[in-house]
Amino acid sequence: MASLIGSYSLFFSLGFSVLILFFSFKNLKNTINFDNKLLSLTFLQLLFIILSFFGLIIAFINSDFSNSTVFNHSHTTKPLFYKISGTWGNHEGSLLLWLLVLTLFIFLFLISSKKQPKKYRVLTLLFQQIIIIGFLIFLIQTSNPFAQIYPVPSEGLGLNPILQDPALAIHPPILYLGYVGSSIIFSSVLAASSTNYISKEWAKHIKQWILISWIFLTLGILLGSIWAYYELGWGGFWFWDPVENVSLMPWLALTTLFHCVLVLEKKLLLTSWVVILSIATFTLSMSGTFLVRSGILNSVHTFANDPERGLYILIFLFTLIFLSLFVFFFFHKTDGQNNTSFFWLSKETSILINNWFMMYFLAVVLIGTIYPIFLDVLTSQKISVGPPFYHKLIIPFLIPFLLAMAIGPKLNWIKSNLQNKSHLLLLFAISLILSFLIIRILEISFLVNTILFTSAFYLFFITLRDFFIKGFKNLAQNIAHFGFSLLILSILFNNFLSTEVITNLKVGETYKSDELTINFEKIEKIKKQNFEAIIGKFNVKSDNELVDILKPELRIYNQPNIVTSEADIKTNLLSDKFMTMNLVQNQEYFNIRYQIKPFMIWIWFSVIIISFGGLFSFFKKKI
Amino acid sequence: MKTKILLPFIIVSFLFIFFILYVGLNRSNIYIPETVTNEKIPTFKVKVFNSEKKLTSIEIFENDIYYLLNIWASWCIPCRDEHPYLMELKKNKKLEIVGLNYKDKVKNANNFLNELNNPYTLILSDTDGTIAIEWGAYGVPETFLIYNGKIIKKIIGPMNNNLFKEIESVVK
Amino acid sequence: MKILNFLVIIIFLFNLNVSNANDRNLNSKITKNLRCLICQGQSIHDSDTEFANSLKLVVEKKITEGMSENEIYEFLKTKYGEWILYDPALNQKTYILWLLPLLLFLIGGAIIFKNLKIKKN
Repeated sequence: MASLIGSYSLFFSLGFSVLILFFSFKNLKNTINFDNKLLSLTFLQLLFIILSFFGLIIAFINSDFSNSTVFNHSHTTKPLFYKISGTWGNHEGSLLLWLLVLTLFIFLFLISSKKQPKKYRVLTLLFQQIIIIGFLIFLIQTSNPFAQIYPVPSEGLGLNPILQDPALAIHPPILYLGYVGSSIIFSSVLAASSTNYISKEWAKHIKQWILISWIFLTLGILLGSIWAYYELGWGGFWFWDPVENVSLMPWLALTTLFHCVLVLEKKLLLTSWVVILSIATFTLSMSGTFLVRSGILNSVHTFANDPERGLYILIFLFTLIFLSLFVFFFFHKTDGQNNTSFFWLSKETSILINNWFMMYFLAVVLIGTIYPIFLDVLTSQKISVGPPFYHKLIIPFLIPFLLAMAIGPKLNWIKSNLQNKSHLLLLFAISLILSFLIIRILEISFLVNTILFTSAFYLFFITLRDFFIKGFKNLAQNIAHFGFSLLILSILFNNFLSTEVITNLKVGETYKSDELTINFEKIEKIKKQNFEAIIGKFNVKSDNELVDILKPELRIYNQPNIVTSEADIKTNLLSDKFMTMNLVQNQEYFNIRYQIKPFMIWIWFSVIIISFGGLFSFFKKKI
Repeated sequence: MKTKILLPFIIVSFLFIFFILYVGLNRSNIYIPETVTNEKIPTFKVKVFNSEKKLTSIEIFENDIYYLLNIWASWCIPCRDEHPYLMELKKNKKLEIVGLNYKDKVKNANNFLNELNNPYTLILSDTDGTIAIEWGAYGVPETFLIYNGKIIKKIIGPMNNNLFKEIESVVK
Repeated sequence: MKILNFLVIIIFLFNLNVSNANDRNLNSKITKNLRCLICQGQSIHDSDTEFANSLKLVVEKKITEGMSENEIYEFLKTKYGEWILYDPALNQKTYILWLLPLLLFLIGGAIIFKNLKIKKN
């Protein structure tokens, strides 16, 4: 029943799209005000998508296995929380989530933009509808969440255990609010370009949408990393895996876009940058969807492997690209631009430098991710592009980037001089000395790392100083940049100070080293709702004092019949202790990995601080 | 003016990218290592199954006949599927089948052979899997057809009828 | 500002050989750079498959035999192909991979500075 309602709701939504298109065209042609019918139709469309979405959720809760999506991804013994989150933990359901965000955002856009020019609003609605129709057809034709199976199976295939995790449950909704939310920026910029509305007023208005999308995207990426760290058991949080890169690329474009819009708000500059980046952000989101759902790339967490679906998305994606190119080249005008020259030492320049570096980082990630595809198609040879590639190309460039981030905000518009800036040099000297000491103490290799630490500390001190001296001025920017410096510092310290012990132990055995001993005391077996667990108890001692008791698990799930290794992680402000236990084929001992990871929690905190910066900026005017 | 060169260039670039991605869609994204045919067999030293004796690769493959090196394990299910083909190939006088028992326990391996019969003239023991890596193998089962100290053919995964026939036709 | 460009490139060139001192353990360093053939999205270091565990032993053995890091990579390349290395080698196949981002950086810089010069005047 729920599935039936869900299914029909999709068709109704499609019907509303057609109606919206019809009335939009009509409204564009005539000279009356914005047709409120359009608002109602948009709302109804949203309502039916919500209905459809709930239909799917209910089907999952009821374990309705006549629905093939539920059959493929759920099981009666799954806990209720994961039955619900399983709704969007699969290809079909997540596409429904796409549609939910697409329709929600255009509705919210219409009700919050009542003061904006009519033509602009109607066109935004129109462009967004093109995207919505594309997805509706894609969903109904190739990925229907309400496909039926006969005869109805009595039990489902279950959800992959690694997806049964709280962080992963909310990761897609939050990520999509950012990722898919950038669709509104896309539609809006095409509408604004076509009506010659790229202006300071438009920038002020679109800035809020950019912030919303950006905040959610930042948090969404954070949640993904947190899940990888807690659930996947390798102790890392970023692997430059294609799916991760695919979420990072829109973020890079969106961050750059935000900075450009900050300029555009105040003066008519960088209009081409703004248009191109707005188009690029959503295009990258769509490309990301293509890359991970088509099976074209090899990745740990691709969740669909279907060339037919891939082909549809590919064609849809390029249609949108060519559409945007058309609008950009035939409608975008740069003659109104403010041609007041600015001095090389000015805020405008520093934003340009920001753009330059960010686009470089984007290029590195993009090229690294899709190059293997090109090489394979053109020469039939397969290579891998992994973390070393990204590190080598990105880390050296972080140095000037961090320095620019520290100095840039201090420069004035148009022209700046460096009087009264002695503190800039003083803080630089302090950073340099501090880094030098750290490098020496930790015995790390010299050149690049010293400069890297210096520039990160520099940004850190400058933003910190600005808190205390400048107070609430530019608070949002300060918070975000401070957060970024903290992120780099946390990653650096974590990287250089982490240690690891890998050993094989039988129950009762003890591992001894100069620094610590690990005693494998015993194992315990327990039974839970949909899995059985073998829990190992490990006593970790340092200098004969008990430091930690860690209890990693091996879980044997019933459906699907998979064994997963659950790490035990003890977190505090200073460091994380991370332990995993794994079976060794054909042997009685277990393979134990114990890692000490300093400052892990600061990595998460710093990203949250960065997003706070965005939040502050969003609420600034409302205060 | 700029538009006149820029726009066509951009359109062509995107069409090119579209084409590459379209072709890429239909290719497998799983990587399987290539075999260079007529590659020399690796040199190694290995323990013989169920004894303490060690043999070198030269000693194992010394005769002027075809050899089939089959990597197998008692816990490997596809190995059971391909076993009948191995038994059939055992009958061929021009071919000797050497087994490499991979990460297995002696008792289980013996049970496996007792249950399904033994096609091997010689069994080698690779308890930690390092010998298989010398061969460039990464799973079980994998099979190598060898002649004159060179690898003529490599089969990844269990043997099937077609591959069986291919081997038969080569070993004439 | 072009000086900045050059400085950056020099730093990059230096960085090509910088080793991460945290990986004092050579074995860890190597196995983190190897890609597991069974779970093709993990490094050998992180992977738990039979193949990964055996390969870790092989790497250990080769290190004690005195093979250098690059020699071990070459050895594994002959067995499994270039795909097994996460750090793509700089050769004919990968010139574009490594150099295109840098080229774009330089082009981007050139365009920006050209525009700035015009405005300055």
